[in-house]
Amino acid sequence: MIQAILVFNNHGKPRLVRFYQRFPEEIQQQIVRETFHLVLKRDDNICNFLEGGSLIGGSDYKLIYRHYATLYFVFCVDSSESELGILDLIQVFVETLDKCFENVCELDLIFHMDKVHYILQEVVMGGMVLETNMNEIVAQIEAQNRLEKSEDQVLA
Amino acid sequence: MALKMVKGSIDRMFDKNLQDLVRGIRNHKEDEAKYISQCIDEIKQELKQDNIAVKANAVCKLTYLQMLGYDISWAAFNIIEVMSASKFTFKRIGYLAASQSFHEGTDVIMLTTNQIRKDLSSPSQYDTGVALTGLSCFVTPDLARDLANDIMTLMSHTKPYIRKKAVLIMYKVFLKYPESLRPAFPRLKEKLEDPDPGVQSAAVNVICELARRNPKNYLSLAPLFFKLMTSSTNNWVLIKIIKLFGALTPLEPRLGKKLIEPLTNLIHSTSAMSLLYECVNTVIAVLISLSSGMPNHSASIQLCVQKLRILIEDSDQNLKYLGLLAMSKILKTHPKSVQSHKDLILQCLDDKDESIRLRALDLLYGMVSKKNLMEIVKKLMTHVDKAEGTTYRDELLTKIIDICSQSNYQYITNFEWYISILVELTRLEGTRHGHLIAAQMLDVAIRVKAIRKFAVSQMSALLDSAHLLASSTQRNGICEVLYAAAWICGEFSEHLQEPHHTLEAMLRPRVTTLPGHIQAVYVQNVVKLYASILQQKEQAGEAEGAQAVTQLMVDRLPQFVQSADLEVQERASCILQLVKHIQKLQAKDVPVAEEVSALFAGELNPVAPKAQKKVPVPEGLDLDAWINEPLSDSESEDERPRAVFHEEEQRRPKHRPSEADEEELARRREARKQEQANNPFYIKSSPSPQKRYQDTPGVEHIPVVQIDLSVPLKVPGLPMSDQYVKLEEERRHRQKLEKDKRRKKRKEKEKKGKRRHSSLPTESDEDIAPAQQVDIVTEEMPENALPSDEDDKDPNDPYRALDIDLDKPLADSEKLPIQKHRNTETSKSPEKDVPMVEKKSKKPKKKEKKHKEKERDKEKKKEKEKKAEDLDFWLSTTPPPAPAPAPAPVPSTGELSVNTVTTPKDECEDAKTEAQGEEDDAEGQDQDKKSPKPKKKKHRKEKEERTKGKKKSKKQPPGSEEAAGEPVQNGAPEEEQLPPESSYSLLAENSYVKMTCDIRGSLQEDSQVTVAIVLENRSSSILKGMELSVLDSLNARMARPQGSSVHDGVPVPFQLPPGVSNEAQYVFTIQSIVMAQKLKGTLSFIAKNDEGATHEKLDFRLHFSCSSYLITTPCYSDAFAKLLESGDLSMSSIKVDGIRMSFQNLLAKICFHHHFSVVERVDSCASMYSRSIQGHHVCLLVKKGENSVSVDGKCSDSTLLSNLLEEMKATLAKC
Repeated sequence: MIQAILVFNNHGKPRLVRFYQRFPEEIQQQIVRETFHLVLKRDDNICNFLEGGSLIGGSDYKLIYRHYATLYFVFCVDSSESELGILDLIQVFVETLDKCFENVCELDLIFHMDKVHYILQEVVMGGMVLETNMNEIVAQIEAQNRLEKSEDQVLA
Repeated sequence: MALKMVKGSIDRMFDKNLQDLVRGIRNHKEDEAKYISQCIDEIKQELKQDNIAVKANAVCKLTYLQMLGYDISWAAFNIIEVMSASKFTFKRIGYLAASQSFHEGTDVIMLTTNQIRKDLSSPSQYDTGVALTGLSCFVTPDLARDLANDIMTLMSHTKPYIRKKAVLIMYKVFLKYPESLRPAFPRLKEKLEDPDPGVQSAAVNVICELARRNPKNYLSLAPLFFKLMTSSTNNWVLIKIIKLFGALTPLEPRLGKKLIEPLTNLIHSTSAMSLLYECVNTVIAVLISLSSGMPNHSASIQLCVQKLRILIEDSDQNLKYLGLLAMSKILKTHPKSVQSHKDLILQCLDDKDESIRLRALDLLYGMVSKKNLMEIVKKLMTHVDKAEGTTYRDELLTKIIDICSQSNYQYITNFEWYISILVELTRLEGTRHGHLIAAQMLDVAIRVKAIRKFAVSQMSALLDSAHLLASSTQRNGICEVLYAAAWICGEFSEHLQEPHHTLEAMLRPRVTTLPGHIQAVYVQNVVKLYASILQQKEQAGEAEGAQAVTQLMVDRLPQFVQSADLEVQERASCILQLVKHIQKLQAKDVPVAEEVSALFAGELNPVAPKAQKKVPVPEGLDLDAWINEPLSDSESEDERPRAVFHEEEQRRPKHRPSEADEEELARRREARKQEQANNPFYIKSSPSPQKRYQDTPGVEHIPVVQIDLSVPLKVPGLPMSDQYVKLEEERRHRQKLEKDKRRKKRKEKEKKGKRRHSSLPTESDEDIAPAQQVDIVTEEMPENALPSDEDDKDPNDPYRALDIDLDKPLADSEKLPIQKHRNTETSKSPEKDVPMVEKKSKKPKKKEKKHKEKERDKEKKKEKEKKAEDLDFWLSTTPPPAPAPAPAPVPSTGELSVNTVTTPKDECEDAKTEAQGEEDDAEGQDQDKKSPKPKKKKHRKEKEERTKGKKKSKKQPPGSEEAAGEPVQNGAPEEEQLPPESSYSLLAENSYVKMTCDIRGSLQEDSQVTVAIVLENRSSSILKGMELSVLDSLNARMARPQGSSVHDGVPVPFQLPPGVSNEAQYVFTIQSIVMAQKLKGTLSFIAKNDEGATHEKLDFRLHFSCSSYLITTPCYSDAFAKLLESGDLSMSSIKVDGIRMSFQNLLAKICFHHHFSVVERVDSCASMYSRSIQGHHVCLLVKKGENSVSVDGKCSDSTLLSNLLEEMKATLAKC
């Protein structure tokens, strides 16, 4: 199971916060901060796994993250997930974002948090991996966007 | 309308959208909070508008604010409004907001049930999808229960997009509503072979999650997974399956054997590192599960280790990390194969990556041996010096201690070295683990007797240089070691070289800056030290010296008396008085040393940490019982009459306190002893018998301190452990040489005799003898300690509820609740009283199914045997068989085919799964199956059939029928008349006479019951001279006329003409009424008719049930509530299924047969009361469910209660 998916920038500003277990908002912020400090002090050329922070889960949980330019993508997962598998999944997620936003950059995430969520929803559902095939993910997202557009036209 | 729409759009143009909000926040960096609060006000305005577009926009912005940490729960209702929008665009916004902010505590969440159900059945797959996604994040037990059936239907949706989502969300549903697991499982299993890879992957995912928590329930799926593993090409699915096998193999070693080959093939063939890694991991799990010593598996281990070495040597830090992680798993079972890679692992200690260093440390833990311990620790010590971050350094410190102390100091050959290491570790500044070091010092000093002398010398040096350590006074800082140092020096003061010097060190003014608990130990141990000095001086006849020491104490102790710490102050003032007293005695030249030393005579032994917990509770002791009767709290609320039943479910049965008193005292005494033994500060009031004061070393025995150390102790407190390493090496070398010599000698001897092959002189662990003859004292455990401890089980584990046996056939009580409105359209049959379930099964397809069933029946018997052994069979075949689809046991029985909850289109599929189904009672089923149930058959007949079948198989009785047929309504009296019943039960009968009896408690006399026996003459003779003789038991005696003996019969005071009956009453005295009992008796009589008279006999057994000791006593509800709350009633409960009687009649039955009275009745729930002839209160709470009745009872005697409930169960079972 995936416990949480966090995306924040190099300054720790949250860009996407998705918890699959209930935490009150202030705790969520605290977790984001703590996670940020944990990953921040790590060089780029060291491993992408971190034994869990004190706030989420416990010894069974790991933080698996990737750092892309200005953004950190952090997945907090338990031992039922394959570490390398999750790394691949992060890659799939980022590549999907790249396709949907056409050369994604931090600004896309900042202004379209909702869309990022919709994309994520096609990858991970309720903490479990839903789809890993990028073409399938993109196809579903595009279909939904078309649906939205058609509704918009009716409105106009 | 159009105008409104236009207006709405215009409004919208002026509203901020999400982008505007984000931009705004970015432009207000200085006063962000203020700006946001302004925005929230705007949003609140927007939410008040009717336009759904405006609302959706507002909710979208709220979702963003939620991410920034703002609580948006106040808008929950608006979110639901947006969720229910008809447009997908808005719906999606609503569900997103809900998934981010809703949780079990959100009260409006219950309003969503119908909306979600509507969306789930929406024709648009994306509406359904978005609802499923949202629900997956905020599903509650209620939602799960209400929607389980809808979601299960979606698992067979035509669109794979919906199917995969529905399959995944089922896991969440199972977690929240475990009852749904069994009914949904067959379909879930079916999805493992779904044509769509996404759906398949989702099903694998869910089953893996389930199996991870409760693997044993999923073993039967192994063949299916095996097939998937060998056929699938999806790495993601493969990884999951392989991980699952890793969890299953520990339960079934044969599975492991089967797996090794395909896994090895995968390891060789795959290019995906993630897959390779998981394969290696599972192979390791397999190897662990297999018993060691299998020759052909060493190749697999080698393969794993070799692959892992490649990973560890890889430049990719991730692979390195994982390689180490997996290596540590191998280490547990095959340490030798890992130890050969020690170089690599030590190298990893130098890695720049902390995660990797930590992993390497973990590995080191298992790699040490007697041989390399010193070397490894030396290496770690250099890392400690180099480590910059305190966290890593602390981690190193704990690891060093862990490594050394593991398995009872197994690998330490030289404890002097270990003490030196500990002392060296005290030089660490700012560590949080001072207490750890201290604990080790104490442990070693106490348990390794041989090391005490050395330890004391080191500790006194530490005390001497205390100022170096005392700089950091925070809790758990390094100054904690002074605690240990002081205690060791005090307790083992006889080993001190310069006790006077140490005493002075401990009395320095600086000591008062230490934390209170350390000072307290100082004070306590100063006295011990003082006592030993005193004895030494007196023995040597140095009265002046002794007085000088006393004076020193009197001078210095006041600084502790002034301490702000209560403990320190108390001890210090107490001791100061003591010392002053000693001073007076000394002034009179009275020898005091012996008496002072007597204070500390005896030895403190180590006690295992769990010892106290393991003391078994003596029989008959109730730890929850009041020692004194509690004060009656008159203010207790009368408002919770029923809740009381469930609050104390776990209460232990109460025993009579009077009996326990003796044991209780003994136990407490024992416990106190334990505690004292545990407490190093406890001063034993009198020397224990074994360790008499006389036995303690007198002055002669005090060693004239001559520590025979090979290392000079010049540097106080800072010995160099390295020297020990050298020394140890030398020592080992010497040992080896000696051994070699001996061996040579032996060889020579052998040469003379028979020539034998002698092994090469390899140095194994066993060869290294420890330097000291180490006597590691084991920790003490109480006598008859409970062997197993179940501390690890967490009763609150949410996954425990999912530990469900999936192979058991499904009972119809387990069906998922269905929403009625979904079915109404399909129900066409006129019968009003048919339960929903039945209607459903009477679908057109039924016929087809019936047909299939018949065919199936023929095959079933053959299949049956095959199936039971299927897994075994699959596992035992050595060559992997063409992996046939696992005919795994699917819960299904004949009855089920009637009752299973299915929607019409799934009937076929169900039939299919059932065809593979396991059959447990083929006989009963066949009957069921053959019983004609064509579609148009009259309902009544079917009903009859069904009940008949039920009775035969004694399975879950048809419940829903009663629920529909006999609505239980309060205050609907005399709906159905109970058949006239008699409380007289048959005792015995023959051709002459019939005896029936009734037993009633008598109120007048305690412990007496009246047995009324009705004798009925069935013959044509006159019965006379009747006598009743009953064999008394210890517990029950018949009251006889004065003067008659026990063996005499008691005459029946009447004669019986033909056809006449009469009643005679006898009184029995019962001692204990908590148990039912039987008395044997005989009725003898003379039957006289025209032809003559014969003497006849009739044997009978009188059955005194517990109910017969109860007297119907009315009780008012307030008194009843008070009684329940008094808390001295023990509690028990029963549940009886298959009750078809109305609640009213049920209560009447209980009242009648068991002598209860109804206190209060609300709906299908009633409280009842009765009282025994010995004054026990018995309270009942009777609740009627659909087709079951649960009875919770409370009674002042638990045995009585449980017996009563058993009897009641028997009565109810007849209903």
